[in-house]
Amino acid sequence: MDTSTLAIEVNGISKSYDKVKALDHVSLEVQRGEIFGLIGPDGAGKTTLFKILVTLLNADEGNAKVDGLDVVADYRKVRARVGYMPGKFSLYPDLTIEENMEFFATLFGVTVEQNYDLVAPIYKQIEPFKKRRAGRLSGGMKQKLALSCALIHKPSVLFLDEPTTGVDAVSRSEFWDMLHNLREQGLSILVSTPYMDEASRCDRIALCNNGRILDIDSPKHMVEKFDGKLFGIKAQDMYALLKSLREDKSIANCYTAGEYHHLLASTGFNAQSLEQRLAELGHKELDIKPIVPDIEDVFIKLLSNEQL
Amino acid sequence: MSTLKVLLKKEVLQFKRNSFLPRLVVAFPIMIMLIIPWVTTMDVRHVNVSVVDNDHSQVSQRIINKINASEYLTLHSVTGSFDLSFKSLEHGDVDAILEIPQDFEKGFVTGSTKKLSISANSVNATKGSLGSQYLAQTLAASIKEMRASLSPAQAGDLVVIQNRYNPTLEYRNFMIPAILVILIIIITGFLPALNLVGEKEVGTIEQINVTPVSRFSFTLAKLIVYWVAGLIVITIALIVAWLVYGQTAVGSLFTIYTGAFLFILVISGFGLIASNLSSTMQQAVFFMFFFVMVFMLMSGLLTPIESMPQWAQYVTYVLPPRYFISIMRSVFMKGATFYDMRFNFMALAILAVVMNLGAALTYRKRS
Repeated sequence: MDTSTLAIEVNGISKSYDKVKALDHVSLEVQRGEIFGLIGPDGAGKTTLFKILVTLLNADEGNAKVDGLDVVADYRKVRARVGYMPGKFSLYPDLTIEENMEFFATLFGVTVEQNYDLVAPIYKQIEPFKKRRAGRLSGGMKQKLALSCALIHKPSVLFLDEPTTGVDAVSRSEFWDMLHNLREQGLSILVSTPYMDEASRCDRIALCNNGRILDIDSPKHMVEKFDGKLFGIKAQDMYALLKSLREDKSIANCYTAGEYHHLLASTGFNAQSLEQRLAELGHKELDIKPIVPDIEDVFIKLLSNEQL
Repeated sequence: MSTLKVLLKKEVLQFKRNSFLPRLVVAFPIMIMLIIPWVTTMDVRHVNVSVVDNDHSQVSQRIINKINASEYLTLHSVTGSFDLSFKSLEHGDVDAILEIPQDFEKGFVTGSTKKLSISANSVNATKGSLGSQYLAQTLAASIKEMRASLSPAQAGDLVVIQNRYNPTLEYRNFMIPAILVILIIIITGFLPALNLVGEKEVGTIEQINVTPVSRFSFTLAKLIVYWVAGLIVITIALIVAWLVYGQTAVGSLFTIYTGAFLFILVISGFGLIASNLSSTMQQAVFFMFFFVMVFMLMSGLLTPIESMPQWAQYVTYVLPPRYFISIMRSVFMKGATFYDMRFNFMALAILAVVMNLGAALTYRKRS
């Protein structure tokens, strides 16, 4: 298989900051025209991986290719082909929307007009304010401007580091619609997020924690291959319930998840006998029901497997 | 090349849009030039003198009148006992005490010597020593006058003092070139360093680093703006020196600007090192401040290098302001030429290369 069909190729990348291991032999592949999500909590090593891939940081070990080019040897060429949107808004706050756009376009040797079609769906939303300084924009507008600037040179691979952090739910959903539009135009996108619910909007995801990748698959398949029985349970006193559940031998794992606690059944689990036992312990208004796992359940299960 | 142009355009735009910087570049040199030359004077004035007159003679009265008339000395009191005067000195009301012994006039006429004595408060060493010197000069002058009135044949000075290059001994003339040095350090050393660290703090440097723009042109674009700002600042300061103090350079302006530009290169290179080694503005400011203190106090800006201990004099050879201050004073006040100052120019050129090389090296280490 020709490697050029891969947008991103990561082989055994490790990176440490002093004693903290930020990335521990990470490998993954992103296909062309794919939205690939890196899902994991803060401190999972997502930003470090991004920085290595966009040539801002050198890995201690392993190698990586972006658009078929080595990120160390061909770093200059890589820079021309990637669009990077850091987690923190990092455009010039004292320049206007228009000036930021023109500035970054010229640095890449293009003009705004040249690639206007690509950015138009996003840029049009902020164009009425183009004389306004970037520092005075709202969070959602900043995010759109940052995306426009990352796209202005028509990159082949787009890196979005936690683009939706700190953005309201409606804007987040809109943002994902924009990403799907971009994918239609042939862009490959690597996006990271700490929000598990956004995983379903990616083509494939990598669940990561503590510098390691727990699993890579499509979100749908990842949920399908969940091989345990999951139940939701609630009672009047949720905290006491959690404590009782954690002492019960027939339960592998139990954790809070909104209205219901989620519990993963172990061998010898029986819903009726559990309910009986709990009632004897004095829990009132008990309700147990089987539930369909989501990405968060998958993540927690993988995490507990990891710790065994 | 067009990359550099667009970078420059961005820097100029940001500079102009900053609510503070353009005003700083204009107001700062004017303020400094208007205030500092007046206040940083080593000339001692208003030395308060208390006279202990034990003689009560015509001569002692003449001496007291002379002190009263001096523009440097102020007659605080005439007392009958040293203890009384000393109390005022202890209080700090009096800087020097002149004691005129009994029968001074008698001895003066007969030729036998009764000594006058001066006691000065030398907590402030400069004021103490200069004050007592002024007092001694005043006494010497009045005694000479009185001698002349007794026997006119003795008149005439043996020693003639001429103060070349600064005939009126104005401390201001000595300070103005030094102020230009301080202005350059602040405008072209601090500002670009803070600007660069600012991009680190805001995170914009990351966005720049993923573009194909080279670090070199990115930095150069910033420096050019501050180089120009530095030259503007000097020009404003020179104009103020001329308009307000009537002081113009004796030597050629070209030589001054050449020296200034070399010095700007050195200091901006130094600022780059500071910005490379710091990740926040606070760190950069403290880093710069430490060295600027050394620059100010050890480069001959305020006190002459020749009066420092030998080891300190060796240290000054690596301090860039040393050479520039020397160039500025010599060209400004004595009209020294480029050729006269060639070693200073060479030293500055070498330091410029060293500093900027250092900036390039410290940058690589961080990436």
